[in-house]
Amino acid sequence: MAVRKPPITTREYWAPGHAACAGCGCATALKLATKAFSEAMEEKYGDPNAFAIAQATGCMEVVSAVFPYTAWKVPWIHVAFENAAAAASGVEAAWKKLGRRGKILAIGGDGGTADIGMQALSGMLERRHNVVYLMYDNEAYMNTGIQRSSSTPYGAWTTTSPPGKYSIGEDKPKKWVALIAAAHQVPYVATASIGNPFDFVRKMKRAAKVDGPAFVQVHCTCPTGWKSPLEKGVEIARLAIETGIWPLFEIENGDFFNIKIQAPGGGAKVKREGGRVVAIEFKKPIEEYLKLQGRFKHLFKRPEAIDEMREQIKAMWKVLGVDVTLPKPGE
Amino acid sequence: MAESPFKADIERVKREYSEKMTPGAVARIPGSSVVNKTGSWRVFMPEFNRDKCVRCYLCYIYCPEPAIYLDEENYPVFDYDYCKGCGICANECPTDAIVMVRETK
Repeated sequence: MAVRKPPITTREYWAPGHAACAGCGCATALKLATKAFSEAMEEKYGDPNAFAIAQATGCMEVVSAVFPYTAWKVPWIHVAFENAAAAASGVEAAWKKLGRRGKILAIGGDGGTADIGMQALSGMLERRHNVVYLMYDNEAYMNTGIQRSSSTPYGAWTTTSPPGKYSIGEDKPKKWVALIAAAHQVPYVATASIGNPFDFVRKMKRAAKVDGPAFVQVHCTCPTGWKSPLEKGVEIARLAIETGIWPLFEIENGDFFNIKIQAPGGGAKVKREGGRVVAIEFKKPIEEYLKLQGRFKHLFKRPEAIDEMREQIKAMWKVLGVDVTLPKPGE
Repeated sequence: MAESPFKADIERVKREYSEKMTPGAVARIPGSSVVNKTGSWRVFMPEFNRDKCVRCYLCYIYCPEPAIYLDEENYPVFDYDYCKGCGICANECPTDAIVMVRETK
């Protein structure tokens, strides 16, 4: 049998022995992101190690750098919750002054990006620093004990949005930071998911190679906070794509009329007009995604909340210029 | 049997590690977390059947640790020092070459 080469470099930048929970999707995301980055740097500058990381406080910072140990094999700086983008901007400016070639990777969680680090992120994108910002989106503050963030989806249980008699859990729609980042008209903005690692690696490489700022938002599962089985982490992320919960798109230079949308798979029918996706007919109901997670368990007693969720997903796809049809179970 | 890509890191930590506090709390040894043998967290362990493997590399890509590395023939090797037993590799394996079995010590 002919043996294919590994689809990604075997150089490791993310060492084992870190303290992430078993089945952590974000750890997979960071492992792939650093590998993709090093491949891109090798292709662009001929030096696979020509990058450095600035990371905001968050799950992945806490688990990877328990003093005196570190899981990183690249120059890495930990900064406060709000200023990963600002620190990355500074490092980038210093590298420019020193004449060093390479690119800076800033990493933040959804709390450190969507809530606390929003201002620094906006400034970094607006000043056109040569930085890639990677937001790993596990949809709550998992590190401090599962509090809601503005990236928490509608209907989710968290410790600060508990469902009960008068509450359905989180009652506000998710904030899409990728769309906010795209509104800065930066060269490259994309969403990705660990449910489709090849797409994620391709987007990370693309982001690393563009000149100027880029933003990538990656969906990753958190078995602890989502109350999902450990081994289903990647499966859940894939179901999020296949049911329409998580769109995979790329926006270049803030051009909202030419959003590139990746086919979601899972039997979904994609309708294109002039190379552009205009409609997607999903075949899997969102219940398939929800039922695997304990954080959405209470919704099955309230079908009207799931219908509301469908309406919100349709509205979100409408922003991307796509008409979607979402089936109900049994249809 | 291939060598772990982290062997050099483990030796370096053993050689250079000191309890002394560094200025600015700088962790001087890259990849020094390799001394934490997180394999003790495991309840279920992945068992690998080499004959069924088609070398699709999915387990190698998905492993969050990474506790899977590749040998000379590009078959996956499981590093039980670090595997936390999450079972993503077994769940994603298209040919069921990986199965999770309860670990007996």
